[in-house]
Amino acid sequence: MARFRLTDSTLRDGSHAVAHQFTEDQVRRVVSSLDAAGVPVIEVSHGDGVGGSSFNYGFSHTDEMHLIRAAVEEAKQAKIAVLMVPGIGTKDDLRKAADAGATVARIAVHCTEADISQQHIALAGELGMESVGFLMMASMISPEGLAEQAQLLDSYGVGTVYVVDSAGAMTIDDARRRVSAVKKVVSCQVGIHAHNNLSLAVANSLAALEEGVDQIDGCTTGLGAGAGNCPTEILVAACEKSGISTGIDPLGIMDAAQDTVRPIRPDQGVIDRDGLLLGYAGVYASFLLHAKRAAERYGVDTKDILLELGERKVVGGQEDMIIDVAMELQRRAAAAQVAGQ
Amino acid sequence: MSKTACAIVGSGNIGTDLMYKLQRSPHLELGLVVGVDPESDGLAKARGLGIDATHDGVDVLLDRADEFSIVFEATSAWVHRQNAPRYAEAGLKCVDLTPAKLGPLVVPPVNMGANVAADNVNLITCGGQATTPIIHAVARTCEVPYAEIVSTVASLSAGPGTRQNIDEFTTTTSAALSEVGGARYGKAIMVLNPADPPILMRNTVFCALGDGYDRDAVANSILAMVDEVSQYVPGYRLKSDPVFDEDLFHTPGGDVKARVVALLEVEGAGDYFPPYAGNLDIMTASAVRVGEAMAQSMNGGAS
Repeated sequence: MARFRLTDSTLRDGSHAVAHQFTEDQVRRVVSSLDAAGVPVIEVSHGDGVGGSSFNYGFSHTDEMHLIRAAVEEAKQAKIAVLMVPGIGTKDDLRKAADAGATVARIAVHCTEADISQQHIALAGELGMESVGFLMMASMISPEGLAEQAQLLDSYGVGTVYVVDSAGAMTIDDARRRVSAVKKVVSCQVGIHAHNNLSLAVANSLAALEEGVDQIDGCTTGLGAGAGNCPTEILVAACEKSGISTGIDPLGIMDAAQDTVRPIRPDQGVIDRDGLLLGYAGVYASFLLHAKRAAERYGVDTKDILLELGERKVVGGQEDMIIDVAMELQRRAAAAQVAGQ
Repeated sequence: MSKTACAIVGSGNIGTDLMYKLQRSPHLELGLVVGVDPESDGLAKARGLGIDATHDGVDVLLDRADEFSIVFEATSAWVHRQNAPRYAEAGLKCVDLTPAKLGPLVVPPVNMGANVAADNVNLITCGGQATTPIIHAVARTCEVPYAEIVSTVASLSAGPGTRQNIDEFTTTTSAALSEVGGARYGKAIMVLNPADPPILMRNTVFCALGDGYDRDAVANSILAMVDEVSQYVPGYRLKSDPVFDEDLFHTPGGDVKARVVALLEVEGAGDYFPPYAGNLDIMTASAVRVGEAMAQSMNGGAS
């Protein structure tokens, strides 16, 4: 019997890493290999959730409802989950996802804004979906503050509350204290979603397990925003070696990683300066590719954009601020050059 | 010249901010503020200014309907749906600041004149007031197959009504981008930011540009529109000149080869909420503008 339930988000968080260009063929192959390895939940959506296809976050290559349907067809045992961010997606998007066969609705909000998710959590229930409350950027709030928000979600009737380290900024102690604070006050299950910007995603997930976490997110090869997520195949291997049963075949998931997911982005797993900076400065990991593009366009440094975003305490969803910051850095650089002449 | 008598229903953030602005109107006389909570700060503030205020609900206004011509609805979409038929029956014209969307959607510099005679007009949302003028400004120079806006407000400035109905905000705003702004297809995104000190309201407008657009015409039209809105919302401004990007974009309104991006900031007048709450300010400033136009139209166009 597995000690925790694993949700693989390669086809949702990983969407950030491929600028939302997943094809139906890729989705079918990934779902089929993860399903065969025994992954119990597979998330499929635009990186910013259903309804995320946009100028601000990037347009999807293929309509995500089409991808969800394909995933549902391929999965023999796995449940298909979707992410939905209130303010970006709408209840209509959630209804369409349910129609397409998704059975888990993960409602994602910034860690201080749980109360905007009540109507979506209620709708998930009406649609017969399992609901998950997903508290993003949880490194920006104290363990006590996070626990209060988790209690709100619990009172709305979610099945699980997730502690989400969207910036990959948590140390092991940070993760431990947050999971433990949430675990103490809710009656529902608790999950952790870790990013690897500080190379701590697996370690934080294992520490969370010691604090009694019931669910863990991974992405195969770590394919995901920023420096990537907790790599599913490594988490499974580390757990099995520690005597923690995962219910997933370690060699099967390694094959899925190497043969099916790795070819999508062969360089996944390298933590370069930009990826590390996200974790160091506590910046939303999904900003990375947008910041790189803006840096190129406005002739400024990605590093400076990321540090300025951290200074301004920008939250998930504010990708439009990247253009603003890049233009301001460009103006400052031009002014400095004039002053120097 | 006599002023037109009006009332506010709803004594929360929006209603109270509106109260301060109506005090300064040369055309409107605020005679009554209606709430439901005896402890309401807004009602206490009204009484402090010598304005009649009640916590006994909308019946008080309806009993005295012959004293008033215009009512500003600052409750919630659900409450407005209950109240609207009763206002109509009582002969009260209504400026609706909730996202109920019963009457025509109105944005002052775009379509106020055409709707000034309607019995009930809707002001969409704060994001709608801030962004549809820009989309209209682009759409009057070229085809806009798709428009998208991102509206970011300080968490502290979003009251419980907005928080429980964030879907109404996004869907009502999306509808306005096409119905009022003139885009073929629209998408609205709302983000709440809890930073302390609170951030000013920010809006980013993306317009897909149809073939044959004229860059100068688009930019000049946007600048002219920002000037026009800032006449009644002084804190409304562009963060930088409009940005043009040429690339192939696969938008829901079709493929386009270019887009324009306008980054806007709205600083409030600080009437009730501090200046960061430009989202409250633009709603109440638009409401006053529309109420004044209604009053002038009722008085035979004389001002």
